[in-house]
Amino acid sequence: MAQLVYFSSASENTHRFVQKLGLSAQRIPLRPTDGFLHVSEPYVLVVPTYGGGNEGGAVPRQVVKFLNDEDNRALIRGVIAAGNTNFGEAYCIAGDIVAAKCHVPYLYAFELMGTTEDVNRVREGLGRFWQRQLQIPA
Amino acid sequence: MMSPTGKIKLVDRVSAINWNRLVDEKDAEVWDRLVGNFWLPEKVPVSNDIQSWATLTEAEKTMTTRVFTGLTLLDTIQGTVGAVSLIPDALTPHEEAVYTNIAFMESVHAKSYSSIFSTLISTKEIDEAFRWSEENPNLQRKAEIVLDYYRGDDPLKRKVASTMLESFLFYSGFYAPMYWASRAKLTNTADLIRLIIRDEAVHGYYIGYKFQKGLERVSPAERAELKEYTFNLLFELYDNEVEYTQDLYDELGLTEDVKKFLRYNANKALMNLGYEALFPRDETDVNPAILSALSPNADENHDFFSGSGSSYVIGKAVNTEDDDWDF
Repeated sequence: MAQLVYFSSASENTHRFVQKLGLSAQRIPLRPTDGFLHVSEPYVLVVPTYGGGNEGGAVPRQVVKFLNDEDNRALIRGVIAAGNTNFGEAYCIAGDIVAAKCHVPYLYAFELMGTTEDVNRVREGLGRFWQRQLQIPA
Repeated sequence: MMSPTGKIKLVDRVSAINWNRLVDEKDAEVWDRLVGNFWLPEKVPVSNDIQSWATLTEAEKTMTTRVFTGLTLLDTIQGTVGAVSLIPDALTPHEEAVYTNIAFMESVHAKSYSSIFSTLISTKEIDEAFRWSEENPNLQRKAEIVLDYYRGDDPLKRKVASTMLESFLFYSGFYAPMYWASRAKLTNTADLIRLIIRDEAVHGYYIGYKFQKGLERVSPAERAELKEYTFNLLFELYDNEVEYTQDLYDELGLTEDVKKFLRYNANKALMNLGYEALFPRDETDVNPAILSALSPNADENHDFFSGSGSSYVIGKAVNTEDDDWDF
């Protein structure tokens, strides 16, 4: 069944959000020594935005490496981004970057670990999203 | 001005810091982010706001000036006492170094308000505003509550108080420049404040993260007590913030709008500490004009789910890409 792939730093914000969703999910490892994640089913990516400035590095490098793998990249169907409005124009910009590079829809943006409202919307939204995806012939 | 009477202790033992032996990678990540975000007020052309300032009414000028003296007080506390008081409790030498960076940057923030003042208003008006800030009981009480915990002997409570300051207590003040920016006024001042807001986000995130690392080392009973303490402190500070907000904004009829912004940021302070948001959505629906002044992307349609699904939002071209992409 379709699922989520996510990255979360040691702050665990995104991890908490995904846990609250209660959907099947695979985590992109934090350190290279923890192995490399290869996926085999379509997924929606949940990615935090590293904060602020125009210094680059908005998409965590572990996520860049994961998407650099052609097989992984072929299975992404959408992206959900986390961030903080304090970062102004860079708010949740990791979602914009991944959506543009992978040509997939930017489904949702939330702050930090997300509110109850965010969790409900994403859970329901993903259900409908995958329903529609299943109707599209491969 | 507030001055802490209790002695703040220094670290017991210093060893040479080795950045090639990281205990917690978050320390280096945040250090790099803070350094990358470094700025100075001299780079922001606040003097371009002189004409705009002249269009404000006396009441609007008074509110804005008082807001900035209040923010100056908080940044002074955080730079001189708050961030410094966290150093002895640091778990790693790199964490100590990050706090010294935070302390310095808070002093830069405090100085920024003075550069806004000297550009826009007379010495007499500046002095009057500082006098108001010293005599306003709600502003003084907010400072006193936080300073009490900085002087106290509980390292984790200090981090809670510090995160509350970084992620919650500034926002009754930050509302004003965002309000002006949403009306195309004082836009250079707003640019400067946005740099401060960005810094405070990293500070609140980091101190909140370190609080959570600290929680891992205490007993479940202590953890429960700290959670209760956190929410009690939030309520105490919130009540005081509401009164402070009334003092500043009642005359302009903005108080209810500001209170939404307060609750929205109180939720974010709790999340930085690892707790669930407290205030429900209908109490935190910040005026879209304010949110948009804060983050132009926040009001874009990033809720694909709420629409009919017919309009695919494909991310716009973004030029802040990194060169480690292979495609």
